[in-house]
Amino acid sequence: MKQFLVFVRKEFYHVFRDKRTLLILFGLPIAQVLLFGFALTTEIKNAQIVVVDYSKDVATQQIITRIAASPYFSLDREVLSYADMERAFRRGKIKCAVVFPPHFNEDLLHGHKAQVQIIADASDPNTDRTLSNYLNAIIGEYQHDLNANIPVPYQIKTEITMLYNPEMNGSMNFIPGVIALVLMIACTTLTSVSIVREKEMGTMEVLLVSPFRPLYVILSKAVPYLALSLMNFTIILLLGVFLLDVPIRGNLVLLFAESLFFILSCLSFGLLISSFTSSQQTAMMISMMGMMLPTILFTGFLFPIENMPWPLQVISNIVPAKWYYSIMKTVMLKGLGITAVWKESLVLVGMTCALLAISLKSFKIRLA
Amino acid sequence: MTDKAIVCKDLCKQFGDFTAVNRISFDVNKGEIYGFLGANGAGKTTAMRMLCGLSYPTSGEATVAGYNVYRQQEAIKRNIGYMSQKFSLYENLTVRENIRFYGGVYGLSDSQLKEKGVELIERLGLGKEMNKLVGELPLGWKQKLAFSVAIIHQPTIVFLDEPTGGVDPVTRRQFWDLIYHAADQGITIFVTTHYMDEAEYCHRLSIMVDGRIDALDTPAELKRKYSARTMDEVFYALARGAKRSAD
Amino acid sequence: MPDAVTLEGITKTYDKGKVVAVKDVSFTVKQGELFGLIGPDGAGKSTLFRILTTLLLPDAGVATVAGLDTTRDFRKIRACVGYMPGRFSLYQDLSVAENLNFFATLFDTTVEANYALIRDIYEQIKPFSTRRAGKLSGGMKQKLALCCALVHKPDVLFLDEPTTGVDAVSRKEFWDMLKRLKEQGISILVSTPYMDEANLCERIALIQNGKILSIDTPQQIIRDYPGKLYAVRSGSMHKLLADTRSFPGTASSYAFGQYLHLAFTPGREGSAANLEKYLGERGHSGIEIEEITASVEDRFIQLMGNDR
Repeated sequence: MKQFLVFVRKEFYHVFRDKRTLLILFGLPIAQVLLFGFALTTEIKNAQIVVVDYSKDVATQQIITRIAASPYFSLDREVLSYADMERAFRRGKIKCAVVFPPHFNEDLLHGHKAQVQIIADASDPNTDRTLSNYLNAIIGEYQHDLNANIPVPYQIKTEITMLYNPEMNGSMNFIPGVIALVLMIACTTLTSVSIVREKEMGTMEVLLVSPFRPLYVILSKAVPYLALSLMNFTIILLLGVFLLDVPIRGNLVLLFAESLFFILSCLSFGLLISSFTSSQQTAMMISMMGMMLPTILFTGFLFPIENMPWPLQVISNIVPAKWYYSIMKTVMLKGLGITAVWKESLVLVGMTCALLAISLKSFKIRLA
Repeated sequence: MTDKAIVCKDLCKQFGDFTAVNRISFDVNKGEIYGFLGANGAGKTTAMRMLCGLSYPTSGEATVAGYNVYRQQEAIKRNIGYMSQKFSLYENLTVRENIRFYGGVYGLSDSQLKEKGVELIERLGLGKEMNKLVGELPLGWKQKLAFSVAIIHQPTIVFLDEPTGGVDPVTRRQFWDLIYHAADQGITIFVTTHYMDEAEYCHRLSIMVDGRIDALDTPAELKRKYSARTMDEVFYALARGAKRSAD
Repeated sequence: MPDAVTLEGITKTYDKGKVVAVKDVSFTVKQGELFGLIGPDGAGKSTLFRILTTLLLPDAGVATVAGLDTTRDFRKIRACVGYMPGRFSLYQDLSVAENLNFFATLFDTTVEANYALIRDIYEQIKPFSTRRAGKLSGGMKQKLALCCALVHKPDVLFLDEPTTGVDAVSRKEFWDMLKRLKEQGISILVSTPYMDEANLCERIALIQNGKILSIDTPQQIIRDYPGKLYAVRSGSMHKLLADTRSFPGTASSYAFGQYLHLAFTPGREGSAANLEKYLGERGHSGIEIEEITASVEDRFIQLMGNDR
């Protein structure tokens, strides 16, 4: 046991004394989160918007004036019908539309309740969410002003319709994706490189010619990176929550448990790579390039899997990150429990066990 | 034109407050085989890098093949050859391809290359191995080939950094035959080695201790001066007093 | 007490039999012996070390270390040997003390437990105990590596080219250390490409191209040199080499430090006087011809000639 602890401590020395490792470990997640969180959300100004006004009364005119006055929107032109609006959407001329049903003012004044529909092009999820929020705010403000000196409040109910991407596959969804990506790259790369480095330096020969069992060599390599990866995971979560306002709706323990399995599968992958490579560069290349592309492609957080040709859809099933991503999205963003993700979890655990078994078996207790 | 291949006066190299090379002065005559000896960390490599035009001295003066080490580094590189135990040839190119490549690097014309290549292959007896990958050749042959390639452009001086490390005793001597042959053609040889018997093959040699050159003479004269029977004893007498141990 | 190391018909090939690294090698290292494996790079020394340290399996043959089979009992062997591979094999980013402590713990012991064994060596690098191993000089790295290989008081010590690339002074110190370790009862198998180090071993095996040329004490190996050997010199050494080779009675002539070493073809041993005359006719001055005792290197060169 003492041997094990000393070995683990040695691994930590390596990590904290190597700038490159530290950079991959802590620079990468921060850079990724910021990249996906901010760089992809540009501030919106003068978004093209149309209004379909079937009421044409005082209230609708007042709201339209407010929209037109807002710096976020540029009111394109009067559209007479729903069909015109749809055409404009299809041509990509507009990002957003507001539809007032007939008798808006009457409903509002007499029934104290009126409806308005906001339609947004969600194929660009960031923009669309921002725009509908702005519209909501403008309408809410109008309602507030209206209610200022009236005992029974008027209510304007907004109904938001998302075109093209009703699930709102947006920037919130980046966070689980980034977590998967960062864990994949960091765990796999660092594990494989740290083992191959020992091969390259010749220290592996000395380690093997010692009573310390080869299995423990692997375990003591894995433990520090497991711990560091969990730390990494926590950092990304915190960045997501405090910097990007991504909610964590689900059970935190479940999130960590699922992540643990995913990290294990990444570690096993790194170990596997180290068994078949003998230079740090090769190990780095394989784990960086070989892992990054499938993770980005097949996880579904940038490109919806449903839209891929079926051979790619099939291939995507063997990427652990896909299952992990799906679990994370469900638990973190939808707030559902294990009952909703037990199938995916089973696949992930199965894959992890298989990878672990293969990598342990492929680890050589001799040189060749 | 002077008859000196290297003129070196009070050459210094400072890294921070560490003086790697401390005011070394020596001359190397044209066509001479000059042994550059010293313990690990004595400053040999640093000195050699300055002379090859790879780094600037901190102070002092030196010319290599008549060119100034501060201002004419490019001209120096064109007029020297370099070979070391670690860096020599491309293992995954054939013998012929390596010769063509290095000949090309030094700007040999096609006809020169052909002539030189044939001559080189003949001298080394590598005719049958022309199209073999260099990686498949035994170490001794690789080293001999690497040396021949390093002088393919008839440089004024060739720098050899431990060229015979780990080579078998027979090949080691064949290597020195090549060195003598090159020296006869007027190429100046600047060589480092850990084999003390090889020090005897040099016309003159210097021994560096702690960044300084503590002795410089012919092998016979050095042995007389230190009343030693072998160069080994001379080296031991000098280097034992070394204070510095870091590389 | 079993022999420290035995090899019986060990053969090892790489690349599916295409490259023969060692062929039918057999020798024995006795308990408490300082045994040298002498040969150039690529002779197969490292392959033998890796087989003995259980890092490689031989294609054929049986090897034992401390009476244990290298294939079957590899775990037990790993607990009782010390190994210093050919390249510098310490953690460059750990300090001297951290390296030593790490390897002590790895072998389930402490630095203090066997400090007596490493004291002489460790005291020399102790002033630098907080320095990173990567920043040590060649000689000090080598001492640290030796300490790390010794820290668990191994029965057998395997040192693969410990003095390669190290200057003459450090080499001498290193061999003095080995001699003292031997006196403490540790069996040592050491390899080197430097022929002059052969005399410092009790017994040596000369190895070339994967085959053992000869095994014996250095003294006996020298005695086995057939015929007589002469040291020759004159004012012009390079010309002398060519001229001695063209002399009809010369079997071999090669440079050896300040002399040429020359052997006559069998039956013409008396031609020393003829040679001197021959050289004089070719304008050599200050000719010296003297019969000498061969060195291990001479024997090695002679055996290599037979081998071809």
